[in-house]
Amino acid sequence: MKISALAPAEVARRLRQTGIVFRIGPVTAHLRSPVPAVAEGLCRLYADYPLEESGGFADFHVAIGPPPNLRRWIRPQAVFSFDGHTPFRPLPLEQAFPMFEWSLNWCVASCCNQYLILHAAVVEKGGLAAILPGPPGAGKSTLCAALVNRGWRLLSDELTLVSMGDAGLVPIPRPVNLKNDSIEIIRRFAPGAVLGRTSHDTQKGSVAHMKPPADSVERADELARPAWVIFPRYEKGATATLQPRSKAQTFIYAAENSFNYSYLGAQGFDTLGRLMDACDCYDFSYSSLDEAVATFDGLGPPAETGIQSHA
Amino acid sequence: MVSMGLADWDLLIRQARRANLLARLCVLLEERGLLDAIPPAPRNHLLSTRTLADKQAQAVRWEVDCIHRSLAKTGVPVIVLKGAAYVLAGLPFARGRLFADVDIMVPRERIDEVEKALMLSGWATTHLDAYDQRYYRQWMHELPPLKHVIRRTVLDVHHAILPDTARLHPDAAKLLDAALPLNETGDLKVLAPTDMVLHSATHLFHEGEFENGLRDIVDLDGLLRHFGAGADFWPRLAERARELDLVRPLFYGLRYTKRLLGTPIPEFMPAAADKGRPPGVMPLLMDALFSRALAPQHPSCDDWFSTTARWLLYIRSHYLRMPLHLLIPHLIRKAFRADS
Repeated sequence: MKISALAPAEVARRLRQTGIVFRIGPVTAHLRSPVPAVAEGLCRLYADYPLEESGGFADFHVAIGPPPNLRRWIRPQAVFSFDGHTPFRPLPLEQAFPMFEWSLNWCVASCCNQYLILHAAVVEKGGLAAILPGPPGAGKSTLCAALVNRGWRLLSDELTLVSMGDAGLVPIPRPVNLKNDSIEIIRRFAPGAVLGRTSHDTQKGSVAHMKPPADSVERADELARPAWVIFPRYEKGATATLQPRSKAQTFIYAAENSFNYSYLGAQGFDTLGRLMDACDCYDFSYSSLDEAVATFDGLGPPAETGIQSHA
Repeated sequence: MVSMGLADWDLLIRQARRANLLARLCVLLEERGLLDAIPPAPRNHLLSTRTLADKQAQAVRWEVDCIHRSLAKTGVPVIVLKGAAYVLAGLPFARGRLFADVDIMVPRERIDEVEKALMLSGWATTHLDAYDQRYYRQWMHELPPLKHVIRRTVLDVHHAILPDTARLHPDAAKLLDAALPLNETGDLKVLAPTDMVLHSATHLFHEGEFENGLRDIVDLDGLLRHFGAGADFWPRLAERARELDLVRPLFYGLRYTKRLLGTPIPEFMPAAADKGRPPGVMPLLMDALFSRALAPQHPSCDDWFSTTARWLLYIRSHYLRMPLHLLIPHLIRKAFRADS
């Protein structure tokens, strides 16, 4: 049974009372929240996620609720709780839903050391996956949103989970976090895309989340093979250009921008090495999303490489 | 344990995470060959935290090495305390232990020298508020916590195990004299086994923070089981507690490890520690408080009295730490601070 099988009022009621348990790829979340915006976001963006029986095992017991002080009434705030523990400061109530998204990312990034976790979006087509790392603002979420609206499968817009050893990519499809101008850009690029409510004045500016394609959610158990590591950069007026980049440098960037590479020791090194061996690495500059999608659709399978490619 | 259902595992993982004992639990299951029999979802959490604990054990060794090198020129002997000491001494129960900071002890008369040398290597003081600085330096048994400017690691430098103003007066010089070397040059040390036990018990039963209460009593159990197997350990422990004025914490330590964790304790020990028994019905009252404070601070472990019990123990710890004419102004000051 999916979340969409529940009427919105029922979703809100359960969130207020026992909570809702649902599965996102390899993890199960148990969410409680009396905040209407959270119920609304869940109904709109998580409709396709499978419900799990409560009373089983959940990886993350999380809640978004009012803080235990006057700020529940005066200029109201929301606070995230991870099973009773509150690791972050409260945010304005208006940001309750983005807060849930960010907090759940934090749960995965800090509790799932069975994977090497890279800070990158990842999408797949024809069995081959493209990993999109890059600093905030480089446009990885925008490009990721564009690709998944044109037939690419969403694995994640934020967390690339690499399974240890064989370097397979584990999907954890979640709503895509769009910021500022990207919100309008994606609305225009994909009028059919479902976006949640926009929250203004967050730490990242205005943010809205885009519903992942139903197919991506349904195929969340299907691992993907890494084929390309592509650093997107939006550049005004640029024609879409792929520029090969060094695998060694890409390795180092990925390691430095991993959430847990430093914990994983030799196993992490081997896994990341295997991932880089399997991938062609590029810098990608673009200004038109249509051109960018065409470039991605035209990517050939990665070159068969061995150790010498690191030289 | 292997017959537990998923709902039981759900609760156990949550409580163990809150108690900072997930990785320790993982090691215990592994040592008994039971890890593979556990359902994959909870097992992932055990292993994931175990990975973190292994990394921390390595990081703690490196950190102590950095501290040791920073202080080498001063020639001051460094005594490593608590978790870092258990790892460096290779004690079996330290496998899977998680850390927040490193604790060391140095002779009181050398503490200025030590602080300067550490500052030169990048450890800067925290708690920049003038009142806090004075509070630590005048009354406490440690410097305000130091933080390394690059690695962001936290270091507590002690010169004693209790403040001067505390009700009990263990002589820090005796602890330093009995400490055992970890290296050939003998300037890196850990406390002697009896002193390690007494320090662990003193820390647990005289400090007011119980966030890691269960983890700390698990440490104490680990120490007693490990050292308790040695010849004469127990009589020496009783004797040492008298010498150091720490019979009261020993009394509590033995009482609660035995009750909560079934720690094997020889028959004669309770009598030897009985001088530390608080008068009258106090032990029963303390049972009511400690049984709650030593449980994981998870909603599923709390009852109507848990929050109050922890608050009472917090007040008690301050009361034990300093006389009322110092304590009351301090607590008032803390209560009305801008950042609290």
